[in-house]
Amino acid sequence: MYQVWFRNLRVWLKHVRASLIGNLGQPFLFLLAMGYGLGRSVPEIEGLTYLQFIAPGLVASSVMYGAAFEATYGSYTRLSTQGTFEAILMTPVSIVELALGEILWGATKGLIGGVIMLATLPLFGVIPSIWSITLIPVLFAEGIIFSALGLVMTAVATNYDFFNYFTSLVITPLFLFSGIFFSLKAISSPLREALYLLPLSNVVELSRMFCYGTFHGNIGPELLNVAAFTLISSAAAVFLLKKRLIQ
Amino acid sequence: MTVSGASEPPGGQPVLQIRGLRKDFGQRRVLEGLDMRLYQGQCLALLGPNGAGKTTTIRIVLGLVVATGGEISVFGKPLPKNLKRVKYRIGVVPQMDNLDPDLSVLENLLIYARYFRIRQKAARERAMELLSFFALHNRKDEIIQNLSGGQRRRLLLARALINRPKLLILDEPTIGLDPQARILIWERLEHLRKKGTTMLLTSHYMEEVARLATRVIIIDNGRAIARGRPDEMVDRLLGAEVMEFSGPAERLDRLEEALKGCNVTAERVRNRLYVYIKDGCRQLDEAASDFSVVVKRPATLEDLFLKLTGRKLRET
Repeated sequence: MYQVWFRNLRVWLKHVRASLIGNLGQPFLFLLAMGYGLGRSVPEIEGLTYLQFIAPGLVASSVMYGAAFEATYGSYTRLSTQGTFEAILMTPVSIVELALGEILWGATKGLIGGVIMLATLPLFGVIPSIWSITLIPVLFAEGIIFSALGLVMTAVATNYDFFNYFTSLVITPLFLFSGIFFSLKAISSPLREALYLLPLSNVVELSRMFCYGTFHGNIGPELLNVAAFTLISSAAAVFLLKKRLIQ
Repeated sequence: MTVSGASEPPGGQPVLQIRGLRKDFGQRRVLEGLDMRLYQGQCLALLGPNGAGKTTTIRIVLGLVVATGGEISVFGKPLPKNLKRVKYRIGVVPQMDNLDPDLSVLENLLIYARYFRIRQKAARERAMELLSFFALHNRKDEIIQNLSGGQRRRLLLARALINRPKLLILDEPTIGLDPQARILIWERLEHLRKKGTTMLLTSHYMEEVARLATRVIIIDNGRAIARGRPDEMVDRLLGAEVMEFSGPAERLDRLEEALKGCNVTAERVRNRLYVYIKDGCRQLDEAASDFSVVVKRPATLEDLFLKLTGRKLRET
């Protein structure tokens, strides 16, 4: 499992700059356009300026994008055109180790983007609290969720175009409706409850709390939701990749 | 057709033993009851038309395909139970090039060594040794895209040997190579075999099989249809020589009739008659003078292969 992770790290380090710009470009541009631009004409939300309000959610979104893209376009390239998975499976590395290694790598890549973004927030005048350090495991769990969901897509994909479904129907809606840009608390029930079932909403909520060290209420349900999604998505990814690769 | 000529085993525990191997892909039956034994130091070649089940057999041994039935053991350990353990001592050259294009030549070997949990220092030494063995040491930092077909194949071989395998599986190891590249690989493989590496080989090049294999199994439709040593099975199953006659149908008909009393096997393919000769035959020599175009040559493994598996194109 570790060997698979290491192989991907080794390759990533070869073109780390292009990769980081690709992953971090979008959340930073959103932070600028929405936070600075739109933020001027938006009143405070939950006691935060608009820029402060959206910053932690954008950190979470950069983890999601990084992990999901790696586990789709990246993993699918290794599965199909490069035959990397097949080459690895000829060695003592098992299919379960391969799948878990890929999931962990996608999560790592997502996390690297998220942490860099978190660390640069002071440049935008957003000062994260010391609690932000405890956010790292949460973001890693989030990375596992989206990396595993991406790998599920990879396991059933027949070509790259297939991932358009994933991006348009899963990733983009989650980005827009998980409470990054507006408070889900303002939405009326039962839509609010439905949105809180989504994995990213819980991470966004947790990110905001950990980022500013302001905890309101019990965070147990959010953590439980993230943990459940982590396990279920990983199990699905392992199962489907095995089905795809072992005939 | 019956399986014949399975000569006595050289003793000891087989490196690879397969019994009654079956595989169905949905409705399609790919293997039906394949048996084979491969002993230490042997090179066993699986010959068969495309779709005969050779690659499927290899993929089952590697755990990439799950068998429908039958038993496999490697180094005396039953699969798939001991798959992981056993794979530490297996090296594979796949039919399809799956070198890692994201890595350099040397990195391909070093990263692959990690999958076998080989320490990096030992891996580096082994990798350099293999790169010079396969004449790739000047290319160690090259990216894979810049390698020629022959260099890629040599690197695949080097990669397969990184873990000092006790069993080397070669699935068409020289496919698509020019004769020079092929001969270089043969020389290296012969060297390994003489040093005692056990090999399982599939190939469509009869010359490759004749040169490398100590045992041959001809497979068709998922079954072994002939076995033996490459140097004796042609004689035993076909005859030492073959004569090819071509001419008008009536004359070939007459010749075929005249050969009835001889110890020969005749095969008619359109306007050609192949006669495989076990013993001398007077009629044949007389007939030869009647035909303007007659080829007489030693029978080869390819003749045997074509005789047993038919001359029709497969997978139409």
